[in-house]
Amino acid sequence: MEMPRPNFDLLAKRAEIAARLRAVLPKDSVIDDPAQTRVYECDGLSAYRCAPLAVVLPRSTQEVCDTLRICHEMGVPVVPRGAGTSLSGGAMPSADSVVLGVARMTEVLHCDFENRYIHVQAGRTNLAVTGAVEDRGFFYAPDPSSQLACAIGGNIAMNSGGAHCLKYGVTTNNLLGVTLVQMDGTILTLGGPFGDGFGLDLLGVVCGSEGQLGVVTEAWLRILPKPEGARPVLVAFDSSEVAGACVADIIRAGILPVAIEFMDRLCIRACEDFAHAGYPDCEALLIIEVEGAPDEIDEQLARIRAIAARHSPLAFTQARDDAQAKRIWLGRKSAFGAMGQLGDYMCLDGTIPVSSLSYVLGQIAALSTAYGLPVGNVFHAGDGNMHPLILYDANKDGDLAKVESLGADILRLCVHVGGCLSGEHGVGIEKRDLMPVQFTAADLEAQMRIKDVFDPKWLLNPAKVFPLSASAARRGEA
Amino acid sequence: MIRPHSEAEVCEALARANSPLAVIGGGTRAIGDMQGEILDTTGLTGITHYEPAALSLVVRAGTALDEITALLSPQRQRLGFEPPELGALLGRKGRSTIGGVAASNASGPRKVQLGSARDAMLGVRFVDGRGTAIASGGRVMKNVTGYDVVKLMAGSHGTLGVLTEISLKVQSIPEAEATLQLEGLDDTAGLATLRHALGSAYDISGAARQGGRSYIRLEGMAGSVAYRVEKLRQGRDCTLCEGAQSAAIWQGIRDAALLHGRRGDIWRLSILPSDAAVIVAAIVAKTRADLLRDVVYDWAGGLVWLLLAQGADQVVRAHVAGRGAAIKLRGAGAAPFAPQSRDVARLSHGLKAQFDPLGRLPPLHFGPSTEEK
Repeated sequence: MEMPRPNFDLLAKRAEIAARLRAVLPKDSVIDDPAQTRVYECDGLSAYRCAPLAVVLPRSTQEVCDTLRICHEMGVPVVPRGAGTSLSGGAMPSADSVVLGVARMTEVLHCDFENRYIHVQAGRTNLAVTGAVEDRGFFYAPDPSSQLACAIGGNIAMNSGGAHCLKYGVTTNNLLGVTLVQMDGTILTLGGPFGDGFGLDLLGVVCGSEGQLGVVTEAWLRILPKPEGARPVLVAFDSSEVAGACVADIIRAGILPVAIEFMDRLCIRACEDFAHAGYPDCEALLIIEVEGAPDEIDEQLARIRAIAARHSPLAFTQARDDAQAKRIWLGRKSAFGAMGQLGDYMCLDGTIPVSSLSYVLGQIAALSTAYGLPVGNVFHAGDGNMHPLILYDANKDGDLAKVESLGADILRLCVHVGGCLSGEHGVGIEKRDLMPVQFTAADLEAQMRIKDVFDPKWLLNPAKVFPLSASAARRGEA
Repeated sequence: MIRPHSEAEVCEALARANSPLAVIGGGTRAIGDMQGEILDTTGLTGITHYEPAALSLVVRAGTALDEITALLSPQRQRLGFEPPELGALLGRKGRSTIGGVAASNASGPRKVQLGSARDAMLGVRFVDGRGTAIASGGRVMKNVTGYDVVKLMAGSHGTLGVLTEISLKVQSIPEAEATLQLEGLDDTAGLATLRHALGSAYDISGAARQGGRSYIRLEGMAGSVAYRVEKLRQGRDCTLCEGAQSAAIWQGIRDAALLHGRRGDIWRLSILPSDAAVIVAAIVAKTRADLLRDVVYDWAGGLVWLLLAQGADQVVRAHVAGRGAAIKLRGAGAAPFAPQSRDVARLSHGLKAQFDPLGRLPPLHFGPSTEEK
């Protein structure tokens, strides 16, 4: 993975930069000891690492503003960081950058149950948002697998999804407003707790902009009343193609489960060893979850069972009790960790139209054979968001390059069938150079012009999202 | 008037224009006066892609809303965000297009359950003020590849580009719908009931109030609707409307039909639901008794349609300032929008300058407040 050459002038100014920051921030907010900045050298895409010049951990919007103002003045690139769980390298530093982490900003500022929103600081974890409202029967819907650790600020930057967005949508559909600090230190409010405002939807374009337009320090989030109950079922099939066809039939029938998850044999085994959820031994497994009152759940499951029956499933198993339901989800949500037990892997994130599921799975299998690298599949089938996991050995010479090449081929396939490069992990550094597969030069130019408006000097997370060659002039590279 | 029939012709028209064009679809929901030569988008018609099993629809922007309904209905699907038809309310004659819906982010009562038009918009193609065709998003529900320019275009009223194609997520029509109609409550209590219902586990798909009645809509499988109706009713005395009767109520609320054909200014407030009764009462109390002619509350009070006598602009602005947004949709005498904060306006105008540097598209309706300039 190519990264731009660091600015040597800035590297030479490390002490001065740290001193300027320490002059306005509490002492423990600035880290520049190389032994300590190393903690921040990578995010969840750990194959690529680079320690930053310094790390700043502010506690307030004003401290974020002060940090950005100094970096702006000194021309120092800033890499915003939530909890550092990005799987696309969104929070990966460059050697000449300051990492701005919001992990200490975890406060709940206000809960309004009557108008159904919560106002939080951006470093609060996804699960802790639900934690703040669940005793009143509410929850925050987007649920990325990393929800125990990942920060709302990072969720907003990446427009994170999760398993339940088939019904509830992704972050952008549940985000009402933010406090944003621009690179030059300007603090502004976009959106807010009251419905549709007027004017351009700046909030909509900030969400998912991968920390390139500003640093989100606070957010107003929609909270939803919890349904009376939920129950997952496991449906086992002897082929991925049949499982894919079953998914399409369920959606076509007008049934809207809150989640339809898919796993293939490789993942099923790894997850079962890990979570002991009672996953059957089969080629393809669907986890389908429905919600509502007990009778509603029964009725929906009866309809799903009737549709599944047309596809001759090997098994159709309902969760016996809450404990088993939890284990079923634990297995799924631990899938990446469980696969990690088998070796190093690279996780992809392309989305495809649900109708292409069977075709794409077949093609991925063929590519896997051709490259000689095993690929496991675990993904959100209801919305077509694939997560092929390519297994490899990081210590083997040439394997990483081979994985990158196979990954690129799979993502090209996703775009080719009408899908996209990334469904929920973001572009980061990982898919940056594949962007021209999905977008024309004019499409990318339009996006970069948006960054020109928010961050004219291109100092915020500059080497991400856009192909390096496309953004070179803007980043000040000759 | 220019009436292009393809995206290439839109590019050509914009590249050639030397003064701002008035971009118009059906002409039913434009805000404020449109000036300049008309660019009529109704020649850009047709379904590009429709895949019921993927809940995916891609249409050209000039396609009429009623044509889309006619296409989706036989498959038992629809646009879930329930776009209002504003022609009758605003006294416009045209045939609403999907491009106009997208460009104004027009969303109906079901927003409380499924979100706005912008939430159903998965992708767009548009032509910017330079005459360049640009694509963003796609036709899959989960897509975080690159910036979400789709959201920026939703509700931008043609100021950044002319939409040529829109990709949407559609909804399967539930098998049953029912509406609980509650009477005998004042606005304060009637709106509180709606907020309470939205905070329940019963998946409300409509919460509105007009003419002294509160309405709560439930949709889904027949057994489930019946169950939730009983849970919400809690032994209260209320009327139950089902099927077509229920649908008719919500079509009326969606289009603010109560206010059709009546004289006065039409205002649309976007505020916190719990502020609705207070703000409306304050507007009435501070002015002439005959000021308020009628009101429709949707989204449990988060959206308020007001029919007011002329001359209420200052009062409305004063009571909504800092608590949401007020737009005057019909009536003379004032800019339809209140000014924006300086920094938000600076970014908006910055985007406008990038997408339309030569001013060939309609101007932004809003600017920084004059004292901040």
